[in-house]
Amino acid sequence: MIKPQSLAQKIIARAAGRETVRVGEIVNCRVDLAMFHDSSGPRRLKPMLEELGAQIWDKSRVVLVMDHYLPERNEESRKIVRIARDWANEQALPYVYDGLGICHVVVPEHGHIAPGMFCVGGDSHSPTGGAFGAYMFGIGSTEMLGVVVTGEIWLSVPKTIAMNWSGRLAAGVCAKDMILAMIARFGINGANYQAVEFTGSAVRALPMQERMTLCNMSAELGAQTGLVAPDVVTREWLTQAGAAVPIDLGTLQSDPGSTDQQHDLDASTLSPQLAAPHSPARGVTLAEHSSTRIDVAYIGACTGAKLDDLHFAAEVLRGRKIAPSVQLMVAPASLKDRAHAEADGTLQALTDAGASILPSTCGACAGYGDSFRENQTVISSTARNFRGRMGPASTQVFLGSPYTVAASALRGYITDPREVLQ
Amino acid sequence: MIVSHKIWHLGADVDTDALAPGAWMQYGIDVVAQHSLENLLPAFAREVQPGDVIVAGPNFGIGSSREQAASALVQLGIAAVIAPSYGGLFFRNAFNLGLLLLTCTQTERLQKEERLVLDGSGPAILLQSGARLDCEPVPEFLLKMARAGGLLPSLKQRLARERDAAGIAHG
Repeated sequence: MIKPQSLAQKIIARAAGRETVRVGEIVNCRVDLAMFHDSSGPRRLKPMLEELGAQIWDKSRVVLVMDHYLPERNEESRKIVRIARDWANEQALPYVYDGLGICHVVVPEHGHIAPGMFCVGGDSHSPTGGAFGAYMFGIGSTEMLGVVVTGEIWLSVPKTIAMNWSGRLAAGVCAKDMILAMIARFGINGANYQAVEFTGSAVRALPMQERMTLCNMSAELGAQTGLVAPDVVTREWLTQAGAAVPIDLGTLQSDPGSTDQQHDLDASTLSPQLAAPHSPARGVTLAEHSSTRIDVAYIGACTGAKLDDLHFAAEVLRGRKIAPSVQLMVAPASLKDRAHAEADGTLQALTDAGASILPSTCGACAGYGDSFRENQTVISSTARNFRGRMGPASTQVFLGSPYTVAASALRGYITDPREVLQ
Repeated sequence: MIVSHKIWHLGADVDTDALAPGAWMQYGIDVVAQHSLENLLPAFAREVQPGDVIVAGPNFGIGSSREQAASALVQLGIAAVIAPSYGGLFFRNAFNLGLLLLTCTQTERLQKEERLVLDGSGPAILLQSGARLDCEPVPEFLLKMARAGGLLPSLKQRLARERDAAGIAHG
């Protein structure tokens, strides 16, 4: 009898050329897609490839996105971006997205990810691809060199931990609150580098970009990847993006009895979540911070500035003005999402409320240049609030959903969005 | 010859952004290394000596994929990191860059120690009192890769072998 296989195991087995794989065994997998950006990619890969005298194994499986050091702000960042552009030309890479937005959003937007694929990314938020039913995880630049030269990577077959969400989210609560709640409960490394699969009626009810938010922050749960089994929502979204979606998605599901652990969670009773400085796992209630004043409200990054996130913020802010003491910054995750938000009036609603719109790049979230100032208190829809990441060590960053960030901008102190939703 | 290593003590949840601060990521590893851990141990980069080890709490290296978090420690000559658990991505990066990580659940027993001895055959740690702390086994291929200096030298050897084999086949 064949042992039941989880979705993660099925994808790994196919990539390893096997029928099935056992949890804990080390296998070599063929990589279907390797994605990297201006920081983790060319500036690190080019010299190592030259040192090896090696070539890229398959350029059609490589995607380069410029997002971390754009817009260039000094000689160093200009140099890093120039290296990426020159190398892309020299190598005649077929898929280069330069200034179109953040890699984890731009890559699926252009149809590069499909259910069942085995993918790696040169960035820790690469599990975002798991939202599409792919196995995608982040690796460092040297390991990416190995992939780029050999087309392969080793893996210890992970356990699958099911996070099973029943019920339905209430108004003003979204996927960001679900993942912050899981990180607060299980810890910053709670998934112990295993695979997390998000299941249940509340997950099935989520639109694609909300599923991306869940999988994106499985990195902060310490998972190697986060997955959502593909369904009709996945198919519809990816077909529009031009991806080649397998005809039969029925096999790309976890077999009954294949998960090693299941946690049951209720979406109906979930309230908006808040993580205090300096860890995404420092869950606190909004009520205990209702008198915490904020200087900056930031809606940005692959985690928290996709079109759905911008819609959430606009739901709160339409027809209103933010508190005069607050600076509200919005950096749409991609140019495509930005164009949609422009066309449907979302961006106008946000700027009318007092938001400034920033370039569609990693911006302050990466902390590679644009960052907040000494002693500022920030509430942010991004993924990480480690000390010193988004500003000096004295910068205090709270994490919340786009609803919560918008509500806090409105009042000037940390606010439960359900108090102000119109 | 038995070599004892000076210990640098750190707490839990030391993240990649503390090891390789974002503001310095635009520069080369020599610069990044000079700012490694500056928010937690201001004297670290200035005073660390090649051969020193780091003993830390759980979840060492959580966060980003930036491998400069590991290569900064290699650059400073850190002989090993000892912690009860690691960020998964950092764990892979460390071995890929030739940095030895030891997983030891009893690091609290090292809290008052100033030096320790690494027993490579264990892997294990020996204290001055003579006590021995066993560490979790590391897959042999990872140990071999770290000893060879990481993935880049290993790839060099692999490609050289493949070229030799191809040369013989065509010869």
